Amino acid sequence: MSTSPLTRPAPPMQQRSETRVLAIARRQVWEDFLFHKATLLFALLVLLALLGIIGSLVMNAWPALNKFGFEFIWRVEWDIINEEFGAAIAIVGTLASAAIALLIAVPLAFGIALFLTETCPVALRRPLGTAVELLAAVPSIIYGMFGLFIFAPLFAAYGQPALQSTLGQMPLIGPLFGGAMNGIGILAAGIILAFMVLPFIAAVMRDVFEIVPPILRESAYAMGCTTWEVVGKVVLPYTQKGVIGGVMLGLGRALGETMAVTFVIGNSNRLAQSLFAPGTSIASTLANEFGEADDFHMSALFGLGLLLFVITFVVLAAAKVMILRAERAKGL
Amino acid sequence: MLKQIIRSVALVASLSIAGAAAAADITGAGATFPYPIYAKWAEAYKKETGTGLNYQSIGSSGGIKQIRSKTVAFGATDAPVKGADLDRDGMVQFPAIIGGTVPVFNLDGFQQGELRITGPVLAEVFMGSITKWNDAKLAALNPGKKLPDTAITVVHRADGSGTTFNFTEYLSLVSADWKAKVGAGAAVKWPAASSVGGKGNEGVAANVRRVKGGIGYVEYAYAKRNNMPYMALQNRDGKFVRPDEKTFASAAAGADWFAAPGMGISINNQPGADSWPISTASFILMYKAPADKKASDEVLKFFDWAFKNGQKLAIDLDYVPLPDSLTAQIRSKVWSQIK
Repeated sequence: MSTSPLTRPAPPMQQRSETRVLAIARRQVWEDFLFHKATLLFALLVLLALLGIIGSLVMNAWPALNKFGFEFIWRVEWDIINEEFGAAIAIVGTLASAAIALLIAVPLAFGIALFLTETCPVALRRPLGTAVELLAAVPSIIYGMFGLFIFAPLFAAYGQPALQSTLGQMPLIGPLFGGAMNGIGILAAGIILAFMVLPFIAAVMRDVFEIVPPILRESAYAMGCTTWEVVGKVVLPYTQKGVIGGVMLGLGRALGETMAVTFVIGNSNRLAQSLFAPGTSIASTLANEFGEADDFHMSALFGLGLLLFVITFVVLAAAKVMILRAERAKGL
Repeated sequence: MLKQIIRSVALVASLSIAGAAAAADITGAGATFPYPIYAKWAEAYKKETGTGLNYQSIGSSGGIKQIRSKTVAFGATDAPVKGADLDRDGMVQFPAIIGGTVPVFNLDGFQQGELRITGPVLAEVFMGSITKWNDAKLAALNPGKKLPDTAITVVHRADGSGTTFNFTEYLSLVSADWKAKVGAGAAVKWPAASSVGGKGNEGVAANVRRVKGGIGYVEYAYAKRNNMPYMALQNRDGKFVRPDEKTFASAAAGADWFAAPGMGISINNQPGADSWPISTASFILMYKAPADKKASDEVLKFFDWAFKNGQKLAIDLDYVPLPDSLTAQIRSKVWSQIK
C-alpha cells in the first residue's frame, strides 16, 4: 500500500481488488474479535457484580452464620442485647406477606388484563391501561404513607371486624383472623403489597395477551367458541410463559419491598400467631436496624440479607423450571 | 439565550467556589437525636465565623464507626462509649446537649400530664404484664379518674435509636424484672404481646395517635411540638412531675459527671424533687492526638462557641443546654487532654 503506483507497474486488476478485500476481511476479523471480547466483558461484569455481592454478603454474615450454623434459618429469636439471632420470624413475615399479596393481586390482575384485551370497549382501553401503568409508577413510600395513615384506620374499623366475624369463625383458618385489631400487621402489609404488585402483573399479562396472533383468536371464535373458551383454550396456553413471568416479577417485588412494608407490618420481632398480629419482614428489619447495628448484630443482619438473596434466587429458579416444564408438556 | 447561558455558567462557577470553601467545613457524624440542635448551632456559627458544619446524622453506632475510621473530626453518640474502649482508641468523650424522653398515650378524657404513672408500673406496662388501662395498679395511681376497659397497645421504635436506649435504661433502673429479662439498648426485644414498632419518633407518634389505648415514648421536643398527650411520671423523690425545661435541668444539675470515665454517666432517675426521671445527654467523641490537628481545633472552637452562645437556641428547640459550671469543667478537664 505504501509504494506508489507510479514507480512500479500496477498489479493486474484482479489481484489489486483481492488484496483490498483481504485487507478489509482482516480488519473485520479484528473488529469482530474486539467487539466480541468487549461485549463478553460487559456480560461478565454482571456475573462479577453478582459474585461480588454474594461474596461480600457471606463474608459479612460469617460471624453470625458460624455461630448459629444452619439453625439460623429456623431459629425463632431476635434478641439484640443478648446477641441471639434467628431468621425464622423475618422469613415467615416475608413469605406470608408476599403470599397474601399474590393471592389477592394475581386474580385481580388476571381480570384486569382479560378485560382490557378481550372485552373492553375500545374507547376505554387506553385510559384504563394508562391508569394501571400509572399505579406502577407510584413510589413505594407513598404506598407506605397511604397504608399507615389512611388504609390502616379504615381496615381496623371495618375490614378486620368483618374478617373476624366471617373467616375468623371458620375451623382451621379461624385463629389466623383473631387477636387485637390495630389495622397494621402481616395481613395489612400483604394487602398494601397487593396494591403495589398488581399493576406490574396486570401490565405484563395485558402485554402478553395482546401478542396472541389475531388469526388464532379469530379462528376459535369462528368455530363458535365463547370468550371464556377462547381465553382458556387459546390465549392462556399461548401466553403461559409470559403470565408466569409476570407473576414472578410481582413476587420478586413483594419479597424485596422495604419502605411500604416497614410502615404497615408493625415491626415486631415475635412469631405472629394471627395475620392481624404485627410481624416483620427481612427487608423491613434491615431497613430499621442497620443504622444502629453493632458488629455482631450487623453480621446477623447481613445473614438476613443473604437469606433474602437465596429466597429470591430460589423463587426465580422455580419460575424457570415451571416455564421449562410447561414448554416440554406442550412439546415446544 | 446567551445571557442565560452566561448566567448559568456563572452560577455553576460560584457553586463550585462555594464547594471549595466547604472543604474546610467541620466534619462530624453520629446520633440523630441531637441533630436538630447541632444543625441550628451550625447555621448560626456559620453566619458568625464562616465555618460550616457537615454533620451526618447516621445513628450513634455509625458515628462511633466513622470516628474510629477517622473519616470525621468528631463522632456523636447517645449511648456513652465505655471508659476502657475510650482508652484503647485514645479518645475523649464529653456531653454536648441534654434531652428528655416522655411517655405518650392515647385515651379520651385526660388533660395534659393528668394521667399518673410510676416507673415500675410503666415497666410492667411495657413488659406486657399489665394489659388493660383499668388495671388495679393504674387505677390506684389515679384515684377518682375513670380508666376505660381498653386493651393497652405498646408502641416502640422499630429502628435502633438513642431514645430507645434512654427509655430502656430508665426501665432497667426502676425494674429489676426489666433489667433481667430485657435490658437496655438502642433496640431491644420488646416483650409485650401487643407491641408494634414505628419508624422514628413520627412512626411511634402516628401509631399512638391511631390506636385507642396506645402507649409509646418519644423525644420531649417531638411530643411538645406535636402536642402529644404525655403522662406525669413519679421521680426518685416520689413526686409526680411533668416534662419541661425545668424538670430536665433539675435532673442534669444533680448529676456527678466525673463519676464515670469519659463522663459516661446516666442522668436517668436522678434525685431532686423537680427532676424528670428520663433524660439523657448526647456525647461527642474526639481523639486525644488527632491526625488532623487543625480540624480538631475547629471542632473545639465550634463547641466552645455553642456552649457560650447556643443556649437560647437549645431551649427554643426544647433541649436542655449544659450548665455553665459543667462546660467550664469540660474545657479544663477534657479539652485540655486534646493535643
